[in-house]
Amino acid sequence: MIEQVGRRTVAAVKAVGRFGHFVSDTARALADVGVWGPLTLLQMRRVGVDSLPVALFIAAFTGVVLALQASYTFTGTVPLYFVGTLVGKTMMLELGPVLAGLALAGRVGASMAAELGTMKVTEQVDALETLAYDPQSYLVVPRVLAGTLMFPMIVALAILTGIFTGWLASIVLLDLSTPEFVKGLKLFYRFKDTWFGLFKSATFGFTITLVGCMVGLGTRGGAEGVGLSTTRAVVYSAVLLLVLDAFWALVLLR
Amino acid sequence: MIQFQDVHKAFNGKPVLDGFTLDVQDGETMVIIGYSGSGKSVALKHVVGLLHPDAGDVIVDGRAVSTLDRSGLTELRRDIGFVFQFAALFDSMTVADNVALGLVRRDLSDEEIAERVREALALVDLTGTDDQYPAELSGGMRKRVGIARAIALRPRYILYDEPTTGLDPVTSAVMDQLMVRTREHLGVTGIVVTHDMRSAYTVGDRIAMLYEGRVRQVAPVSDIRESDDPVVRQFIEGRPA
Repeated sequence: MIEQVGRRTVAAVKAVGRFGHFVSDTARALADVGVWGPLTLLQMRRVGVDSLPVALFIAAFTGVVLALQASYTFTGTVPLYFVGTLVGKTMMLELGPVLAGLALAGRVGASMAAELGTMKVTEQVDALETLAYDPQSYLVVPRVLAGTLMFPMIVALAILTGIFTGWLASIVLLDLSTPEFVKGLKLFYRFKDTWFGLFKSATFGFTITLVGCMVGLGTRGGAEGVGLSTTRAVVYSAVLLLVLDAFWALVLLR
Repeated sequence: MIQFQDVHKAFNGKPVLDGFTLDVQDGETMVIIGYSGSGKSVALKHVVGLLHPDAGDVIVDGRAVSTLDRSGLTELRRDIGFVFQFAALFDSMTVADNVALGLVRRDLSDEEIAERVREALALVDLTGTDDQYPAELSGGMRKRVGIARAIALRPRYILYDEPTTGLDPVTSAVMDQLMVRTREHLGVTGIVVTHDMRSAYTVGDRIAMLYEGRVRQVAPVSDIRESDDPVVRQFIEGRPA
């Protein structure tokens, strides 16, 4: 029992060490602008544009559900224009960043882990090294930068979509007028509501892409190894995303 | 000159190289033969720093590979072309882009890069495949693109990892011709890792047999053919134990 705990502790410490080493390698590779610069634009398109439909789809339904649940909860006790307040605040502070983040952890993190994992087991990563490329600057930096820069943009659009569908549900299904919804939306609004969600989503983007790359490049074996890495990337990203979510709430909202 | 000096390497406690020592002279093609899993590819990867020895070292032109920092390794790799077992081409790039990838890192104009790509593809008889993707090529063609990618760099050394594995006899013979032609054309020093004896006899000047982590015998091709070492004889004749 004690031996097992000790072994797991050592493994965990080693994993943290590997992560730190990977992050420092990635930071060092930032100097190689000539390599990662052009590739980052390509990754921004893949991470950003290609991920947009799934993020907006989730946000659209979340907005409707939020409006209906708020109305259900408020009936008879709280003025209905608070639906706008709840939809706006919840989308900006929590559900916009977190739901989009979780969806993208599945889509972006898994696809990066699978792609880099396949490159690893087919020796394409070794080939890059023999061609005098640093895999960190060729593969990792463009993806991590793209994730960090594009996630806030995706989340911003997701928040707007959620608020829009929340408004639509309010005027169509709840007999709330547009001025009332907007009144609720403006109530208690602070600029921090906006930047908090976007900042948080940038850290989600950084984490999801970094984990996807690290797990992908650590792949061993063949197809089974790639499958394992894909699953790991999604699980680790989702867990870290929720931990980060709680961390930023503790640090920035108290 | 490439020198393996008492190289030791183990994976999960299992020794793969156990005192591997071998000198590869400038201008020669050294063939390393041995059973599957005997550590031939592992030895090759030590030359370009893809793997690091547990003890001992590989010396390339006086540079101890394991002591090189990242920029030193980059410099070293500019002198070495590596042909991977399954070609390791980049799926998302065309044949021409694959061949050009290593050249982009050098101070060459676009015209020079295009010329070198054209030359390299011509040397491996793949003129006209520039715009095709690896998925559209046969196994043999992919391996030839791998060779083109290596020779486009005009390296001093070319390392071939199982260049004929998985190919039919005729395509294997074409690959052998190609390796011989590459050496004649570019005058490069080569190391070929293989267990295909026909290929080894065709392309090699000397053959080294890797057995139980170290060199069992190293000798010119004619001497290996006549070897009276029972392990070498069994291997080259393909006799079951």
